[in-house]
Amino acid sequence: MNFDFSEDQEILRGEARKFLEARCPLALVRGVLEDEGRSHDATLWQGLVDQGWTALTLPEEHGGLGMSRTDLCVLAEELGRVLAPVPFASTVYFLAEAIMLAGSDIQREKLPAIASGECIGCLAIDEGAGEPSRKKVEARVQNGLLSGIKQPVIDGLCATDALVWARDESETPRLFLASLVHEGVRRVAIDSLDPSRGIARLEFSGVPVQPIGGPELLDRLLDGAAVLLAFEQIGGADRALEQAVAFAKERSAFGREIGSYQAIKHKLADAYVHNQIARSNAYYGIWALDADSDELPHAAAAARVSACQAMWYAARESIQTHGGIGFTWEADQHLFYRRALHLNMAIGSPRMWRDRLFAALEMHDGDSN
Amino acid sequence: MDFSDTPAEAEFRTRAQQFLDAHRDDLPSLAGSEEERLERQRKWQAIKAKHGFACITWDREWGGAGGTAMEAVIFREEEARRGVPDAFFGIGLGLCIPTIIRYASKEQKQQLVAPAIRGEQIWCQLFSEPAAGSDLAGVRAKAVREGDEWVLSGQKVWTSGAHYSDFGLVIARSDPDQPRHKGLTTFFVKMDAPGIEVRPIHQMSGGMEFNEVFFNDVRVPDDQRLGDAGEGWKVAIYALMNERVQGGKQRGISAAETIALARRTPAGDATLADDGAFRGAFADWYIRTRGVQLTRYRTLTAMSRGQTPGPEASIGKLVTAFELQEMSRLLVEAQGLYGLVDDSELSMLRAEVHHDLLHAPGIRIAGGTDEILRNIIAERVLGLPKGPQPEKGKPFTLTK
Ligand SMILES: Cc1cc2nc3c(=O)[nH]c(=O)nc-3n(C[C@H](O)[C@H](O)[C@H](O)COP(=O)(O)OP(=O)(O)OC[C@H]3O[C@@H](n4cnc5c(N)ncnc54)[C@H](O)[C@@H]3O)c2cc1C
Repeated sequence: MNFDFSEDQEILRGEARKFLEARCPLALVRGVLEDEGRSHDATLWQGLVDQGWTALTLPEEHGGLGMSRTDLCVLAEELGRVLAPVPFASTVYFLAEAIMLAGSDIQREKLPAIASGECIGCLAIDEGAGEPSRKKVEARVQNGLLSGIKQPVIDGLCATDALVWARDESETPRLFLASLVHEGVRRVAIDSLDPSRGIARLEFSGVPVQPIGGPELLDRLLDGAAVLLAFEQIGGADRALEQAVAFAKERSAFGREIGSYQAIKHKLADAYVHNQIARSNAYYGIWALDADSDELPHAAAAARVSACQAMWYAARESIQTHGGIGFTWEADQHLFYRRALHLNMAIGSPRMWRDRLFAALEMHDGDSN
Repeated sequence: MDFSDTPAEAEFRTRAQQFLDAHRDDLPSLAGSEEERLERQRKWQAIKAKHGFACITWDREWGGAGGTAMEAVIFREEEARRGVPDAFFGIGLGLCIPTIIRYASKEQKQQLVAPAIRGEQIWCQLFSEPAAGSDLAGVRAKAVREGDEWVLSGQKVWTSGAHYSDFGLVIARSDPDQPRHKGLTTFFVKMDAPGIEVRPIHQMSGGMEFNEVFFNDVRVPDDQRLGDAGEGWKVAIYALMNERVQGGKQRGISAAETIALARRTPAGDATLADDGAFRGAFADWYIRTRGVQLTRYRTLTAMSRGQTPGPEASIGKLVTAFELQEMSRLLVEAQGLYGLVDDSELSMLRAEVHHDLLHAPGIRIAGGTDEILRNIIAERVLGLPKGPQPEKGKPFTLTK
C-alpha cells in the first residue's frame, strides 16, 4: 500500500501551483465572471495547452505525454484551487476520455487537436430541469444527423466538439460525437449561477454525428469525471478554508480575534474534517480509476459526494466567517460559493450521486457475497 | 498511489491468515460475561505474543516483533474479519507501557513490559478526576513526598478497567503553589497497594466498565515516579500522544451489513433500501466512516515513508463516534415500534446496533470530547488563537 502521491507527482504539483499562481489570480476569474461576453479565459487556456496539460494523459502516438490519471488529478486539484475559468474538465475528462476509451480510429485522429488546444469539448446530456435522465431524451439522430435542443451545456459556447446524448434510429439513447463547427448548430448563452464557467443552449438541426458509445461509456465517463472533479473541489475547498482561517486570525470583535471564539473555531475545524475526508475518498477514487478496479463505481460516487459536501461547506462558511465584507461583490468569497454550486451540479446533483453510491455498493457487495 | 498490498505486505498477510486459521479455536469473541471474555482474551494475547503477533511494531528488545505499522494494521484487519474484539489491553499497550518504556528504569521495564504484552498484567489510566476531565491540568489528587516515598491521596474517576487492572498510571499534584501545569507528577502504582479502593460505576449503557478510584494515603516508592517531580504534565501528554494508529474493523456494523439490513427492513410499500432519504443518509455516513479509514491509510503511508503523520490523523474519533451514534439511531428507528426491542435473541443483528446506540455517547466523551477535539484541530492544525486563559501563570491554589 502506498496511499499518497509520488515524489514526481509532488514536483508536478509544485510546478502547476507556481504556474497557476502567476497566471490565474482571482482577478482573472473575476474578469470572466464580470464580462458577459466571455465564457472562459482564452489566454489562460492557451497557457495550459502550452504547458502540455491537455496532452497529459493522451497516448504518445497521438501527440500526448502518456501520463496517468493520477498525474492528471494533481493538475485538477491545482486548477480547482485557483477556480480556473477554462474548459478543462469538458475537454480532458470528457471528450479526450471518451475518445480514448471508445473512439474509432477515425475519431482518435481528434486527439492531437486536443493536445494542441484547437479542440475544446463539452458534454451535452441535459435537456431541462431534473437530473439527467437516461431515458427521457428528445434529441434524436436520423440518417446520421442530429436534431434537438440540449441545455444547459457547460462550455457549450466555446466548445468545438460535443458528446451528445440522443436517441438513435432504433430509439435507443446513445452517446454521439458532434462537431459544433457546423451551420446546423445554434448556440445561445444562458445566465449561470457561476458566470466564470459559461453555459449555453445548443440547438441542433441536422448536424452530422458519429456514434461513440452506449450507457456503459456514459457511466464510465461520469465516474472518471466524478473523481477528477472531486480533486478540483478539494482544491477549492482547501483554499476557501485557508482564506477563512486567515481572516479569523486577523479580524477582532469584542476585544479578541474572532478565531478565538469557539463558534468560529468549531465551524472551521468541521470544514477541515470535511476536506480531509473528501481527500481520502478522492485518493481511493483515483486509485480505483487508474487501476481500472471494479470498485470504481462506488469509489467515484464516494469521492464525489464527499467533495461536493466539502467545497460547499467551506465556501458557505467562509462567507459567514468574513461577515458583511464576505457578502460584497468585491470580496472573493462568492467566487468560491458560485464555483461550489457549479461543481455540485456539473455532472448530476449530489442527491443523484448519493443514490448511485448506495446502488453501486449494494451491487458490489451482492456480487462479492 | 497504490491501494493493493506490496509483495512484502501480501506475504505478511498470508502469514497472519495462516496463523489465525491455525488457531481458529483460540480466537476470542464478544460472547459471555466480562470475566469469561477477559480469560479468553488473555489466553489469546499470550498466543499472539508467543508467535510475534502482539505489539507488532515494538522493538524486539521489548518483546515486540519489530514490524511495521502497516503490518500491525493488516494483522488487526485479519483479526477483526474473524470477529476478534479489540478489548482489555488497549490502554495498557497503547498508552501506559509506551510511557513505561520511555520513562521507567531498565529493571522496571524488564519486569513490566513483557507480562503486559502477554496479557498477564493489565494497566489502567488514572488521569481524570471529578474536577479534572477535559481540563486535565485541574488535577487535585495530592502527592506528598516523605523520604523515599510519596503519599497519594484523592479521587480518580471514569477509570476504565480499574477493577481488573494490576497497574495504573496516575497523575497527581505535588506542588499546589506552582501554576496548574507545573507542580504535577506522574507515577505508576500497583492496584493492590494498600489504600487504593476501586468502586465500579454503573454506565448508562448498563455495563460497569469504568470506576471511581480512591487513594487513601497510598504509599508509592519514589522509584515508581515517571519523569521528574513537577514534570508530570509532560509525561501525561506523552502517554496521551501514544494512542496507536488503529486499523481493521471500526466500531459498528459494516456497510455491507447495513445495506443487507436495510434490504430486510420494510418501509412504505418497499424496503428501507429503496427509500431515498435513507439512501442519502447512508451515503453521508459511508463517506465519513470510510473516509476515516482511508485517512488512516494516508497516515500509515506517511509513517512507512519515515515521515511524521500529518495532522489529518486527528479527525478519526471525532467523526466515527458521532456517525456511529446517528447511523445506529437511524437503523433502530427504522424498525418502527419494534426498534424498541433490545434483546439479543429478538433484535436485528443480535442487538449489536442497540448496543452501539447506547455506547456511542460514551465514545463521544472518552479520550477527548467532540468539543475538545474541535478545539485541538482549530488551534493546533489551523493555528487559530486560544481563548482567554484566566488561570494561566497563577499558582494552582489561587485558581477555580
Ligand atoms: C467511557 C469512558 C471511559 C473513560 N475512561 C477513562 C480512563 O480510563 N481514564 C481516565 O483518566 N479517564 C477516562 N474517561 C474520562 C474522560 O477522559 C473524560 O470524561 C473526558 O475527558 C471529559 O471530561 P469530563 O467528564 O470531566 O467532562 P467536562 O470536561 O466537564 O466536560 C463537560 C462538557 O463541557 C465541554 N467542555 C469542556 N471544556 C471545554 C472547552 N474548553 N471548550 C468547549 N467545550 C468544553 C465538554 O466537551 C463536555 O461537553 C472516560 C470517559 C468515558 C465516558
